[in-house]
Amino acid sequence: MSTSNRAKHWEKTRGLMFVMLGLWVFFGFVIHMFVNVLNNIVILGFPLGFYMAAQGSLIAFVIMLFVFARKQNAIDEEYGVAED
Amino acid sequence: MANVQGGDSFTANLNKVYGMYTGGFIAFIILMAILSAMGVPNVIIGYMFVGFTILIYAVIGIMSRTMQVGEYYVAGRRVPAIYNGMATGADWMSGASFVGMAGTLYLLGYNGLAFVLGWTGGYVLVAILVAPFLRKFGAYTVPDFLSARYGGNIARFAGIVVLFSCSFTYVVAQIFATGIISARFLGLDFTVAVYVGLAGILVCSMLGGMRAVTWTQVAQYIVLIIAYLIPAIWMSTVMTGVPIPQLMYGQALQGIISLEQAQGIVVGHTSTFVSGGYDALNYFLLILCLMVGTASLPHILMRYFTTPSVREARASVAWSLLFIFILYFTAPAYAAFAKWTMLELVQSGLTPDNIADKAAWMMNWAQADGALVRICGAAAVSAEAIASACSAQGIENIGFANIALNADMIVLATPEMAGMPYVISGMVAAGGLAAALSTADGLLLAIANALSHDIYYKMIDPNAPTSRRLIVSRVLLVVVAIAAAYVASTRPADILAMVSWAFSLAAAGLFPALVLGVWWKRTNGPGAVAGIVAGFGICLYYLLGTRYGAVGFHETWGWLGTATVEQVARFDELKAAWTAATGEAKEAAWVALDAHAQTIASWWGVKNLSAAAFGLPVGFGVMILVSLLTKAPSKEMQDFIDELRVPGGKTMMEEKTT
Repeated sequence: MSTSNRAKHWEKTRGLMFVMLGLWVFFGFVIHMFVNVLNNIVILGFPLGFYMAAQGSLIAFVIMLFVFARKQNAIDEEYGVAED
Repeated sequence: MANVQGGDSFTANLNKVYGMYTGGFIAFIILMAILSAMGVPNVIIGYMFVGFTILIYAVIGIMSRTMQVGEYYVAGRRVPAIYNGMATGADWMSGASFVGMAGTLYLLGYNGLAFVLGWTGGYVLVAILVAPFLRKFGAYTVPDFLSARYGGNIARFAGIVVLFSCSFTYVVAQIFATGIISARFLGLDFTVAVYVGLAGILVCSMLGGMRAVTWTQVAQYIVLIIAYLIPAIWMSTVMTGVPIPQLMYGQALQGIISLEQAQGIVVGHTSTFVSGGYDALNYFLLILCLMVGTASLPHILMRYFTTPSVREARASVAWSLLFIFILYFTAPAYAAFAKWTMLELVQSGLTPDNIADKAAWMMNWAQADGALVRICGAAAVSAEAIASACSAQGIENIGFANIALNADMIVLATPEMAGMPYVISGMVAAGGLAAALSTADGLLLAIANALSHDIYYKMIDPNAPTSRRLIVSRVLLVVVAIAAAYVASTRPADILAMVSWAFSLAAAGLFPALVLGVWWKRTNGPGAVAGIVAGFGICLYYLLGTRYGAVGFHETWGWLGTATVEQVARFDELKAAWTAATGEAKEAAWVALDAHAQTIASWWGVKNLSAAAFGLPVGFGVMILVSLLTKAPSKEMQDFIDELRVPGGKTMMEEKTT
């Protein structure tokens, strides 16, 4: 693997990291800042703001991690730095 | 892995083995239910649940014994992602998660969800920032990585200090929890129960190290998740007719909201940023500290050293979170159903005269420990005690606010609260025990490995032969375990309160060094050490200062606090009273002064639970500044980091294993 390949690989890896970190900030913090507004919406008895903290964000985290594992793997393979 | 070793037939048949085990556990529960229906006494059922599960863990522990270093420290790096995920789930979910989480949510409502969010979202940081790179490096312990990246034993030692301080109090709390559960369900004396718990922990970890702990943790995860889900499903079925608690507790929430209105409860279950002293600032800071702490706890990070590859390590973090999620998204449902049940009980008209009929379980628990259930401010040991306490306060109808339940008993008491048979209680006890034992194992291994691998092997005797290293590891494991059990047997209230500090200490002490070590090449040894010392130091200062030196802290930092004029006046008043008092009165005056000072000693009103709110920025800041002011890392180190960043190629640090 060449040095420029490695540089590109790292650039993409870093890009994915920042996207994930952004989503993490959104689901971990930003959305809960609007809890009182969201609570006006009630679905199946759940005030939405409460639901996001109790389940919604958690589901997002789980999905994010499975997607992350796949995407990062694809990046590794694209630049030929994956494990054999 | 090329060299086939004994145990490979086991790893090849994991699905079959654990499938049979799960079926066996369910069959065992059914058998217990039948025995119970045939009139076998509850105590025997309790003993069989605890005894059978511990026996299984012991068998797995003994079968996984090993004399190979790689097996002992990292389970031979052969644990598939999904099983490592399950083991991490058990490693992660402590006695407190299992026993205390739903109770906290019951008491705090929405604000308690900070714990749910913090203890799950942290895994995002684990996966994207830390774990895969540590796996590529190939360390046996977290301090190992710090030493390699920051060139030397000073960084290693700083890492060990942080590791020890955040893991030891934590393990004491786990052993304490095993003692509480064994004492309550087996009727043992508490001190005896602590040492019984200790035996249960050692049998899983001593002979087989990481390998044995991994496979028992998988077994423990299965027990704890079944034990957690069944009561919640039961309540959901009884109260709503649908056996999916996570979906149906919306109905419970509506029930709670309308009953709260009917009973004039102002701060309700879904009220935001009010109860428990969590204003919005503290709510978000707590989430942050718990998340970052999660991504820094050594006993969690070292689980990802055991996967076969970097790719599997990443997938494994996702599986871990999925398995943890199953419990954490049930906990709020558990809490809501329990609260709904209690509100309905109160709504039906609860008086000291009828409480013995309507809720005899309260008296049973209060008799076990007076602090668990208090009604009208007194321990609810009997109907008479309740009647006299309530009439002293002029209360005829017992209101929801008059009943104070301890957070830790809610999960354990729910089966009785909702009128389930005793078998369910026995199963919940086995689940709580599994949660506490599995976490204790992981923590003990993290501490003992740091002492044996990092201090003994790397710092004291680098030429030690394998057999001696393994013996030293085991001796240290037993010594640490006995020390922790001894501390637990003294019922140290302070230590138990300190457990939640572990997250802030780990976050402030380790996170900046781990993350910058991978993501910023310019970080160097002096910077890392200075950052660890500064971040950890400021965090520790804030924790200890606001807790044990609150009077002095307030006097020094009062200008940064958020105390109101009245609170400050009250402080001055108490201070004057203390200065004036003499003899025995002086001590009492100090206690009053200190207690008040603890409520106001702070920087900007931040609770001490979130001390990493200061430790993190200071740690990052100092690390970056000192690194920039000192020499850049060598070319070799830059290449080392480049190598760390790609999954391909060999593990970077191959240990001498023979």
